[in-house]
Amino acid sequence: MEKNLIVQPEKCTGCRTCEMVCSFVHTGEFNPLRSRITVFSFEKVGLAAPMVCQQCSVAACMEVCPVGAIYRDEVTGAMMVSHDKCLKCKMCTIACPFGASTYDPIQDIIMKCDLCGGKPRCIEYCPSGAITYQDPMQANIAKRKSYAEKLKTVYEEVI
Amino acid sequence: MFGWMGKLLRVNLTDGTARFEAIDPQSLRDYIGARGLGTKIFCDEVDPQIDPLDPGNKVIFMAGPLTGTLATSGGRYNVVTKGLLNGTIAASNSGGNFGPELKYAGIDGVIIEGKADHPVYLWIYNDQVEIRDANELWGKDVIETTDLIKAATNDEAKVACIGPAGENLVKFACIMNDYNRAAGRSGVGSVLGSKNLKAIAVRGSGGIKVASAEGFMDAVTDARNKLAAHPVTSQGLAAYGTNILVNILNEHGGLPVKNFSEAPVFTGAERISGEYQAEKYLVRNKGCFGCSIGCGRVTKISKGKFKGLGEGPEYEATWAFGADLGIDNFEAVSKANFICNQLGMDPITLGSTLACAVEMYQKNIIPAGDVEGPLRWNDPDMLVEMVAKTAYRQGFGNQLAEGSYRLAEKYGHPEFSMSVKKQELPAYDPRGQQGIGLNYATSNRGGCHVRGYMTSPEILNIPVASDPAVTEGKAALLKLFQDLTALVDSSGICLFTTFAIGLPEIAAQVREATGVNMSDEEFLLAGERIWNLEKLFNLAAGFTSKDDRLPSRLLEEPIKDGPQKGRVNQLDKMLPEYYQLRGWDESGVPGPAKKEELGLS
Repeated sequence: MEKNLIVQPEKCTGCRTCEMVCSFVHTGEFNPLRSRITVFSFEKVGLAAPMVCQQCSVAACMEVCPVGAIYRDEVTGAMMVSHDKCLKCKMCTIACPFGASTYDPIQDIIMKCDLCGGKPRCIEYCPSGAITYQDPMQANIAKRKSYAEKLKTVYEEVI
Repeated sequence: MFGWMGKLLRVNLTDGTARFEAIDPQSLRDYIGARGLGTKIFCDEVDPQIDPLDPGNKVIFMAGPLTGTLATSGGRYNVVTKGLLNGTIAASNSGGNFGPELKYAGIDGVIIEGKADHPVYLWIYNDQVEIRDANELWGKDVIETTDLIKAATNDEAKVACIGPAGENLVKFACIMNDYNRAAGRSGVGSVLGSKNLKAIAVRGSGGIKVASAEGFMDAVTDARNKLAAHPVTSQGLAAYGTNILVNILNEHGGLPVKNFSEAPVFTGAERISGEYQAEKYLVRNKGCFGCSIGCGRVTKISKGKFKGLGEGPEYEATWAFGADLGIDNFEAVSKANFICNQLGMDPITLGSTLACAVEMYQKNIIPAGDVEGPLRWNDPDMLVEMVAKTAYRQGFGNQLAEGSYRLAEKYGHPEFSMSVKKQELPAYDPRGQQGIGLNYATSNRGGCHVRGYMTSPEILNIPVASDPAVTEGKAALLKLFQDLTALVDSSGICLFTTFAIGLPEIAAQVREATGVNMSDEEFLLAGERIWNLEKLFNLAAGFTSKDDRLPSRLLEEPIKDGPQKGRVNQLDKMLPEYYQLRGWDESGVPGPAKKEELGLS
């Protein structure tokens, strides 16, 4: 079963641990700008949201690539970059509506989430469970249930 | 270089210059970073007798070797200066994202010298440094200032700034970073204000390398697993924040009430507790950079006159604005805390100073003519009103802005200032906890709980249980805590990790990050070296063993009621042993042998 990286902003504390893990396992240094995942904190409303490649079914990055350097990994479902084919034209970084593909001038490559080959390291270290790797068909069941529980509370109050 | 960046930015505001310089590698090994390294550089360069407001005083912002990495809660930096509140060596510690960003910009820290002739702020973008005009920012609060600077520089810039309190030289103004995090104590914000430096904004695109990738990941993973397994760091602080302590200290009979004048058992404790906060007002947990604990609280008061949204209040602020003023209105406590963050003030000293004022007013020491209205216990409106008046030095707020010691001394009763070395005590009654009293008396920055947190063994039984009522063994335990804390603060990780991890895990992270192959004991010795250097600075600044005292109330007036009834702090039973264990003489002066051992001769 193919899994997806699911982010739940309502659980995120904004600690950016994921950025540290990601940049370190991919680049060997701690550098948020070389992380494939980025957390944005909106201090005045108390929200933090991790942003990462959604591995779209209709992927703008793949569609726009002039040399077919972007392909879907058959096992993980991740959109991967074939660095040998890639021209570094950066069209994919422009096309992606989420900004999930970025150019890394240090390695001269396009960097994007590769799901760590099927074992995303960020979820191992995320302390709040805001990032999970799971069956997409199960992803929103917990969220649905949490709203159902509000109904349950109301129900308990009226009976 | 690994862990460290090995580079500092030195900015002279008098002549408007900025230059980068390398850090002496031996200083890095001996003083680690952040608090230790900042203190070493400060002591090498600044006369201990200098007036804190003299342009010759410096302000050093310094991160540690673990700051900005995956290390356990590795988001800390320190601000080192001669503190305005009491003239001790101040090292105020803060989390958030500012410290890590310094390192991504390629530097471990910034040394601020001199004084600008008009308001300015500093903008650091990797190796580009600008001293920019801040005339239009002067007078703005922390939120406005941060927003405006981000708009003028980079939306993702991290900003440390002062609010109006720092501009108005309030003795206990903070430096605020990332809107809500504070280098909170000792008045470091006003030293910045005296230099006309409104803020530092930083943005970097570099990375931090470590000596051993595998070794570092192993050390970090081991330490993080221990944090995830410990009930305090994985459950207690996450569920209820630091306010989990309100009910714990109250049940112990050690939550000070009304300027320590009543029995330390507060009838309104439940209504200012972490449990109450979580049930009624908590929006979500907030983590500083790299933190798996997430003790930060985003708190929302939805309606009413104390409506607001912000971070905190933390335990110490909740106590200072709550129990210490006899106030059990959590909404007012939160509001007062939000305003403190916005205007840039230390809520511990403010709450305690206000409590001192209320007690003196109630005892007819402060005449009615000196205040705008009556000062009463349990008066939430008065509290919220006085916060802004203090920051802007309006009316009686101008007196509160001086802190409790100067206030009480002015009225001829310094004994009502619940402070040590003029810095106000935090939220643990030392009559009910002998060890925390010894910590208060000996702390290098005066009344402070985060330099030797004896509440951990005395109340929480971590890492070992130590009977809070006894004096035996406290000197040795405190020395260990103080030295270890100096190491923790210098490494760039948060003190709260030490509920779950100790010297082996901390030393392993620093060792693997830096490649400096020192033993655990040598790392602890660095902590002791830092502690002694701070002590030597204070001695040279004019402090003596007479200043290693608690307020007379805590030594002479037994607790009136509750579980700790009848107790006083027996400081005199512990202090001589503490000096002896430290290798200091009977006057608390480090001896030649100790200085030789630590390389401080």
